[in-house]
Amino acid sequence: MSSVFQIDFGDQPQDLIVGIDLGTTNSLVAYMDSVRPRIITDQDGEKIVPSIVGALPNGEIVAGRAALEVLLTVPDRAVYSVKRLMGKGVSDVQDELKLFPYHVAPDSETVIKIELGDRVLTPPEVSAHILKRLKQIAEAHFGQPVTKAVITVPAYFNDAQRQATKDAGRIAGLEVLRLVNEPTAASLAYGLDKRKQGTVAVYDLGGGTFDISILKLHDGIFEVLATNGDTHLGGDDIDNLLIQIALEDLASEWGEDLTKDPVGVQLLRRAVIEAKHRLSTELETSIEFDYRGRQYNRVLERALFNRLIAPIVERTLEPCRQAVEDAKIGVRDIDEVVLVGGSTRIPLIRETVQVMFQKKPHTELNPDEVVALGAAVQAGILSGVQQDMLLLDVTPLSLGIETMGGVVSKLIHRNSTIPASATEAFTTGVDGQKNILIHVVQGEREMAPDCRSLARFDLKDIPPMPAGMARIEVRFLIDANGILSVTAREQRSGKEQSVEVKPSYGLSDQQVEAMIEESIEQAETDFQRRQLAEARVHADEILAATEKAMEHDAWLELSEEERAAVKRASNELRVAYHAEDHLLVRTHIDKLDAATRSLAEQMMDTAVKEALRGKKLSEV
Amino acid sequence: MILNLCWNCGQPPEGVHFCGHCGSLQAPVVDYFAYLGLPQKLQIDRQDLERRFYELSRRLHPDRFFRRPERERQLSEDATAWLNDAYRTLKDPVARAEYLLGLHGLDKTEQKSSNVPPELLEEVFELNMALEEIRSGDESARPQIEAARKKFAGMLEDLHGSLETCFAEWDGGGRREALEKIYGLLNRRNYLRNLLREAQGAEP
Repeated sequence: MSSVFQIDFGDQPQDLIVGIDLGTTNSLVAYMDSVRPRIITDQDGEKIVPSIVGALPNGEIVAGRAALEVLLTVPDRAVYSVKRLMGKGVSDVQDELKLFPYHVAPDSETVIKIELGDRVLTPPEVSAHILKRLKQIAEAHFGQPVTKAVITVPAYFNDAQRQATKDAGRIAGLEVLRLVNEPTAASLAYGLDKRKQGTVAVYDLGGGTFDISILKLHDGIFEVLATNGDTHLGGDDIDNLLIQIALEDLASEWGEDLTKDPVGVQLLRRAVIEAKHRLSTELETSIEFDYRGRQYNRVLERALFNRLIAPIVERTLEPCRQAVEDAKIGVRDIDEVVLVGGSTRIPLIRETVQVMFQKKPHTELNPDEVVALGAAVQAGILSGVQQDMLLLDVTPLSLGIETMGGVVSKLIHRNSTIPASATEAFTTGVDGQKNILIHVVQGEREMAPDCRSLARFDLKDIPPMPAGMARIEVRFLIDANGILSVTAREQRSGKEQSVEVKPSYGLSDQQVEAMIEESIEQAETDFQRRQLAEARVHADEILAATEKAMEHDAWLELSEEERAAVKRASNELRVAYHAEDHLLVRTHIDKLDAATRSLAEQMMDTAVKEALRGKKLSEV
Repeated sequence: MILNLCWNCGQPPEGVHFCGHCGSLQAPVVDYFAYLGLPQKLQIDRQDLERRFYELSRRLHPDRFFRRPERERQLSEDATAWLNDAYRTLKDPVARAEYLLGLHGLDKTEQKSSNVPPELLEEVFELNMALEEIRSGDESARPQIEAARKKFAGMLEDLHGSLETCFAEWDGGGRREALEKIYGLLNRRNYLRNLLREAQGAEP
């Protein structure tokens, strides 16, 4: 018996699968060509798509660079850093909501609902707009539809956050073949050279999340030994610190509370981010903010900046220590350290990592691109381009069920290689009991209320039996995406037991289905809107041209009827212009076009005569 | 005995992971040791175990079955979950022993960690007294607790030595007495660990 049987893909065409880094601040899309992963650029040659979604005045939703414009001009019609809201309820994110210019609709306990223009969108729907933009860029590049993707998530994302990311993909019309942890993806890109062996630590500090992963590289196998992190820690927090300082300055210098002015705050945010970036290469810079004719200029030295951000940097160290301990190795066993995420450009972070791991970290790869490149490598593994590589990842958080008195019984421990499973037997406590409710939680604490509630599973239709007689085996499976599924079987009857899942945070399957439909409808509406806008632009052009032509000599050379027809057609177009129907506008454009044809011919003739005047026939 | 037939060709598969006739992936039906091609022994070469794990991962992982029909993808997920659970269990000596005991009807869940091993009765009594005093604010019991902690840590170390001896005994003859000794030792180990945790928890 040999493995020849299962890896013979020779005759099948290879799927087009893209790799997507769906970041807090920026997103990228990449693919694997026959040798290496490459980032796909948009029509302007740009690689980075800002993770911003905005509503244009006509209601059309845009994402990326176009949405950045919206954010800087009408901030309450734009959403950024939505990744921080994925898989969350409104009570989880009170602090950030205070800072965001966008509004949250009521009824956001289990899924946050964001008001965007005249629409109300959940975080997966907002993310779906970013994904659609990336999909568009990829489709323009390949000249064919792109429907399959590998998407990266922070390693420390819990089940609800992962599910929300998968939902976003589905809403965007992408089949999410795999969720890959960001630091692991980075290691794939980094260790693409199969000769790389040894133990690697990946320190990933992005816009909103921090991950640390420790991997063992061995003959093309990338085995994650341990991971840890904080899904609420990143460059955003540094920006907020600086904004706070600037706001206080402005309050005393300008005597103005800028917090009430969303446009001002967003422009200040940009100014602060630019200063932060400069401080990575300069020892001193200044926050420069010109607004409504006033200037704010504050010198910022790197030393002061370092003191300010020290507590944030400090918060990354405990997860690092924990990961090393969980990997059952010592710091000295780590051969290499890789930095990922824009925030690792900050010198203090590089120094801190170097002290922590006693190694000079690698910085050869662009920290903004390495995750997307790694996602493309995983796409290559799935499509069969990269057959000699294999990624073995782990679940970042322990999975448990709530037992008597709220104590958590752990079923799958953190850092277990996935897919991982556990089977637990349940029984009834009362004669004839028909259902058993199971509360599944994720986290390391002993008591259920201190962990993250994942879902409640209702085992239903248990055959009537005396108490304690039923034996229901429940199998918990965490798949290769880090997402939980539950199946149950009553042992005596052998009957597959129905399990009804009530996710604690996030969307139900039906809700996602409804959103997919709505998104198709919205796409239709958006398409209609764009068609109308384009038709009106065209109408403006032809009306202006017609008016200009009426001043031309050729106008007088037309017959009375012809002139009347042109006037009628242009009046009709003006009326149709205001109807919300691009087809009507188009029809009247065509009519006016037809009516003005002989006028156009006359003008051409005149123009030709003009051009030829005074010339001999032989000169023509 | 349940007759196990290949889902694809209907013949007995004659292989642990793949059918020997048609080569298709099978659902995992054997114990962790057998799945990794190992005899039921408690002394394991970690490097050999890792090599087996990597080799099987390459063949069984869902990434390798990605372009196969749904049924095979599902089987690959089940097989890999089983492989991962097996590797995680066998790589840790205590989990490995507990698993083997379970295969021989000595379930961990039936161990009662609340039963104080008789030879520890006195120590437990003294520790509880000292803990009580600390809780009521009397720091004079501090050295006693430190002494208890050291004592329990030493006992735990000795116990690990005894465990290794018993592992060798089982591997040498496969006698049930060895398993029962291991069962007793693991029970005592749980108890000691709890005591140690309590003593450490009381440290300033």
